[in-house]
Formats: sequence, C-alpha cells, structure tokens
Amino acid sequence: MPRKSVYKAEIEYLQVMDENGVIDAAQSRNTLSDEEILELFKFMQQCRQLDEIAFKLQRSGRMGTYPQNKGQEAAAIGTAYAAKKGQDFLVPCYRENAALFMHGLPMHYVLLHWMGDERGNQIPAGVQQLPLCIPIGTQMLHATGIAWSFKMRKEPKVALTYFGDGATSEGDFHEAMNFASVYQVPLVFICQNNQWAISVPRETQMRSRTVAQKALAYDMPTYQVDGNDLLAVYKIAKECVDRARSGGGPSFIEAVTYRLADHTTADDARRYRDPKEVDMWLGRDPLIRLRKYLETKDLWDETKQKAHEEKCKAIVAEVVKTAEGIEKPSFDDIFDYTFAALNPELERQKKTARTSSLGQDPTQVGLSEQPQHA
Amino acid sequence: MPRTEVMKQKGLTLVDAINEALEQEMHRDQRVVLLGEDVGANGGVFRVTEGLQKIFGKDRVIDTPLAESGIMGTAIGLAMGGMRPIPEIQFEGFLGPAYDQLTNHAARYRSRTRGAITIPMTVRVPVGGGIHAPELHSDSPESIYAHTPGLKVVMPSTPVDAKGMLLSAIRDPDPVVFFEPKRVYRSFREEVPEEEYTIPIGQAKVVSEGTDLTVITWGASVFECLAAIDKLPEDVSVELIDLRTIYPIDLDTIVQSVQKTGRCVVVHEAPKTCGFGAEISSLIQEHCFLHLKAPVQRVAGFDTVMPYYKLELDYLPDSKRIAESVTQTLAY
Repeated sequence: MPRKSVYKAEIEYLQVMDENGVIDAAQSRNTLSDEEILELFKFMQQCRQLDEIAFKLQRSGRMGTYPQNKGQEAAAIGTAYAAKKGQDFLVPCYRENAALFMHGLPMHYVLLHWMGDERGNQIPAGVQQLPLCIPIGTQMLHATGIAWSFKMRKEPKVALTYFGDGATSEGDFHEAMNFASVYQVPLVFICQNNQWAISVPRETQMRSRTVAQKALAYDMPTYQVDGNDLLAVYKIAKECVDRARSGGGPSFIEAVTYRLADHTTADDARRYRDPKEVDMWLGRDPLIRLRKYLETKDLWDETKQKAHEEKCKAIVAEVVKTAEGIEKPSFDDIFDYTFAALNPELERQKKTARTSSLGQDPTQVGLSEQPQHA
Repeated sequence: MPRTEVMKQKGLTLVDAINEALEQEMHRDQRVVLLGEDVGANGGVFRVTEGLQKIFGKDRVIDTPLAESGIMGTAIGLAMGGMRPIPEIQFEGFLGPAYDQLTNHAARYRSRTRGAITIPMTVRVPVGGGIHAPELHSDSPESIYAHTPGLKVVMPSTPVDAKGMLLSAIRDPDPVVFFEPKRVYRSFREEVPEEEYTIPIGQAKVVSEGTDLTVITWGASVFECLAAIDKLPEDVSVELIDLRTIYPIDLDTIVQSVQKTGRCVVVHEAPKTCGFGAEISSLIQEHCFLHLKAPVQRVAGFDTVMPYYKLELDYLPDSKRIAESVTQTLAY
C-alpha cells in the first residue's frame, strides 16, 4: 500500500487594520462600527492609564508586584467585546484586565489584588468571571469545566479563557484542550502570544511555528490574528463565540501581540530583551493605530485626546483612591474564609491568635498564674 | 560581580553563596546541569543562577519551557541517564504540577527498582513568606515532602550552611529537595569560605547554647527566634537549634538538648496541623518523656491558607509570639 496523507491543515492569519490605522476593506465586514471603535478606543485608553498608574504605585511602594498589561489591550478588549457581559464567563490569567473591566469588574479590584488583599478577588454578584490566576496554565481546565456546566445545564452561555504563550507548555493546557474538544464545550481559548514568558522568548519556549497549530491536535477550529488589531481580534472572537453558543464546540485564537513592559515590576526585561525589538513593537501599539484611524475619519483629534486623557486620569485617580481607602483586613479575615464554618481548632487559633496550646487554653493544668517573665 | 568585589562588602548573601556553590560544583563535575524557568539568560528570578549560563553555556544552564512537571520529569530522566540535574522550581507554590513526578517517581525509583535505578537530583526551590510577594509565592510546604519516603528535605538559613549543604545535596546519591528561604536571600552577608566544603545533610546546628529551654526552628524563622530571645530577660538561657535538614531529622541533637532543658518550643512558618513541629513534638515525648517539665509548644502558621501580603505578618510567627510562648513554657 502506498503511503497516503491522512491529515492536512492550514491556519488562517487575519489582520483587518494595519499599524497605520488603514483598514483592509475586504476584511472589514462583520467587524466594528466607527461608533464602537471610538468607544472601545476611549475605554482602551482608560485601561492603559490604570496600567501606567499601577506601575507607579508599585514603584512608589504603594502596591506589591504588578504585571503590566501595556500593549495587549486590543486582544483583551476585542475578545471580551465579542462576548455578552453578564452572561458569558471570563476565565483570566493576569494580563487581560481590560476584558475583566469590560465585563463589569470594578477597576479597583485589580489594584486591591496586587495590594495583597484577597477582597480584590471577591467578584461582585452578577459579574461573570473568575479572579486572576497566578499559577500558569491551570485556569483553562476550570474554564473547560465551567463551559461544560453550561452545556450540561443547557444554558446559552460561552466561556472565554485567557493565557500566554508560555502556558501552552504546561500539561494542564493540553488536558484542557482535550477535554474541551472531547466534550465539545462552549469555550474559546485565547492565547495572548506576547512573545515572552518572563525571560524566555517564544522560539525557546516551543519549536512550533505558531501557537495556533497546537489546537489542530484537538481538531479545534484555530486562528492566528494580529492581536494588536482590535477589529481582527473582535471579528474572529465573534465567530468563535457564536459558534460555541450554537453548539459548535470550542475554538482557539492565537492573538499575536507583545509584552511592552517587564513581566512584572519585579522583573527587568533589559537583561534579556533587545531594545530594538521593543521599539519595533511600540510602533504596533493598538492605541496608535486606532487613533490614526479615528483621526482619518474625523472622529478624533488632539483636543479630544487631551480632554479624554484628563478624564481618564480623573477616573483612575478615583479608582486609586478607592483602593487605597480600603483598610487592611482584620486579623479574623485570615480564618473566616477557610471553610463555611470554622472547626474548633481554627476557632481557638482565631480567638487566641496563637498555635501554642499554653496560649490557647487558660484552663490547662499546670499553668502558673503569674508567668515568670510575662 | 567578581567574588573579590562582593567580599569587600563583607561577605556573601545566601544568593551569592548558592551561586558560588553551583559554579564550583559545575566546574568540578561535568555531569551537573541546571534547568528551569528563567535560570539562564535572566539568571533566575532571584538571580541565584546569575552569570552561570555565560560561564557554562546554554547546554548546562538551560532555560526550559514553562512546565514544572516537564522540568521535574526530564530531570529525573537526566539523572537516570547519568547526569546530575539541578532543576529549579521558581517558587514553592509552583511545585504543584511537579508533585506527581517528584513524589511518585523521584522519591520511589530506588525502592521500586530495588536499587537498580536511582535519582541523584537536587531540586532547588525558594520557600516561605515575608517578602510581600503575590499569592502562591509565600508558602512553606516542607512537611509535605518530608512526609514523602525517599526524599531528603533541607532548608539552610545562612550563606555558610547553604553553600556546604548544597554541595552535599548535589553529591548525594538520592533526590534532595533544597528549600531556600527567600526572606533570607539578601537579608544579611557573612564570610563564606571560598574553597569548596560540605556540611552533611541530617545535622542540625546549635545556634546558641542554653539550659532553660530549647527552641527548634529552621529557615527564615531562625532570625525571628533570635529576635525573640533578645526580647527575653537576660537570666533566661535559651538553646536555639537550627534544624537545617528537615528529613532525615537530627534526633540526637534534639534529644540531647531537650533532655538538658526539659522545655521546648518549635517554631515554623507552615501551618501547625501536620507541620513538621508535630513530628518533632512527638519525637520529644517519645525520647524525653521523663525529662519534660512542660508540654512541647508549637508556634507556627495558622491552619489557614497563607494570606495575601497585607496580612502575612499577622500570619507568620514573629518574635513577639515566639517570646510569649517561650515565657509561658518557662512558667509552666
């Protein structure tokens, strides 16, 4: 028997708006209206402002380690906008704040999280999302389970999960992809391929020429898009969300983008990254091309820009004030969420603030009334 | 920075000492390779492997894909193949994905092959809280691994101990989990012998001798205990033991001390229940029963999830809690 091909595949790459804000007319159907582009551009600036201020908060000692989102907002917003707020469910890692905000997370929650306060994870009722996920690549399995529950309960909901290029090296990623595919759950996998997993470049992370091709192994519709192109991201995400909602199963999107900042404020990317590469990607910033586009449409100008910047600053200043105005949690908070009800040992530890038995039980035999060195 | 420059600033930090041990052993033993996330070009997120890729090249200081099970599992394979791998797991919280490989494979290979296949591997892991780190960057899981037969577990607290114990770990014929207390990474410097030397695994260290009460601890808590002892009246004589090796435990040092003092407080960051203090306390009642003048006390983390950093100092045993417990134990 002659050898024959049993599998052939190709992966589409989509860009609708180029770095200069010029739209490819052939691809612009089923994307965003100019009004939508304008609104999302304004929202993107607000998210960028928060990101810059968060960085400064860390630098001035007012916040702990923070991973900047800078440069990746189009991937977050384009996908989140394709989903229905309050209905569809977002499962993030930690570099898509804009998506979370768009779906109703108050902005100060993210600051609170990085200020070392669990209340930043206490997602308000009605907001359909999980909190940030610190381990790499574990959350896609939860997203798969959540989407699976939608299918079991016959709810017309879709889950979207976010992760980076590095996360696709983890075993959990592949297990999530396989489960999602086997059970055909309504889920969109969104890889923000920002080229760097801390100091490890994508080419060292994997030999695969694209991240998108990893989904081929699970026979999942898969796409590569210009992740800094809001319109392309939205267009593909909308297709994937609609397909998932109508019972078509999971999809995979590789949004090709770039981490313009350090991995986190604890990192210094100058140690391992060529500044020329960063400069090149600075020119591909999603905000720049959107502004250029809107200016050619006479929907934006320097005056509007200045006014909007002031507005963003005021909004973000208020967000910071809210976050910083929240007092340190009480000592009892350490205990109160361990279980629905505390067991006697936890109650003792909470009441006495001790783990040593002599401090816990004053009725213990042998205790002297007056400690020698109290 | 060259060692001569570093030493001018009065000695090495824990980070420097581990780096020096790695460099010396990699020169001495061509089988030693480092692998992990960001250990190469970036020198590790704590800079522990700084400069080593420049010296030894990308084949011996390896930036791996982001996959802890992959790192641990392939390190096991490297060890089986005749190498001396030193995998780094970036934070203790990320041991999770590698747990299966570490406990079900690395720990068991000697036993399940009746000695035919062994895993000489040193797993380096930053550990512990107190540095304002994000979630899952501050835990103390040492007792989980001490409870895994087939693993040796160490946690040095000083640069001198770190260097000597790391060299012992690398040369050990069995897998060693080498926990590095990140709170101590750069907290102080001390003079560290430049030549190579080893400190045996399984030997505790008496930090200060005393007659009234024994405090047993390890890792960053050693320094909280020292601060606690400073708070006590001068006529109180406390013997402080830095366990250094969690498993195999140095029973002799503990027993000798507690038989002398009759009172003991164990201090660790990990949660109290099933923390290693439970094992120590049990050993003491088994071996020192008639010498005891007070119940053995545990000053530990609470039996809760390690809180985010706003509350971490309320969670971690501090010198005040330790001193109070010592005082109460003395008063018993």
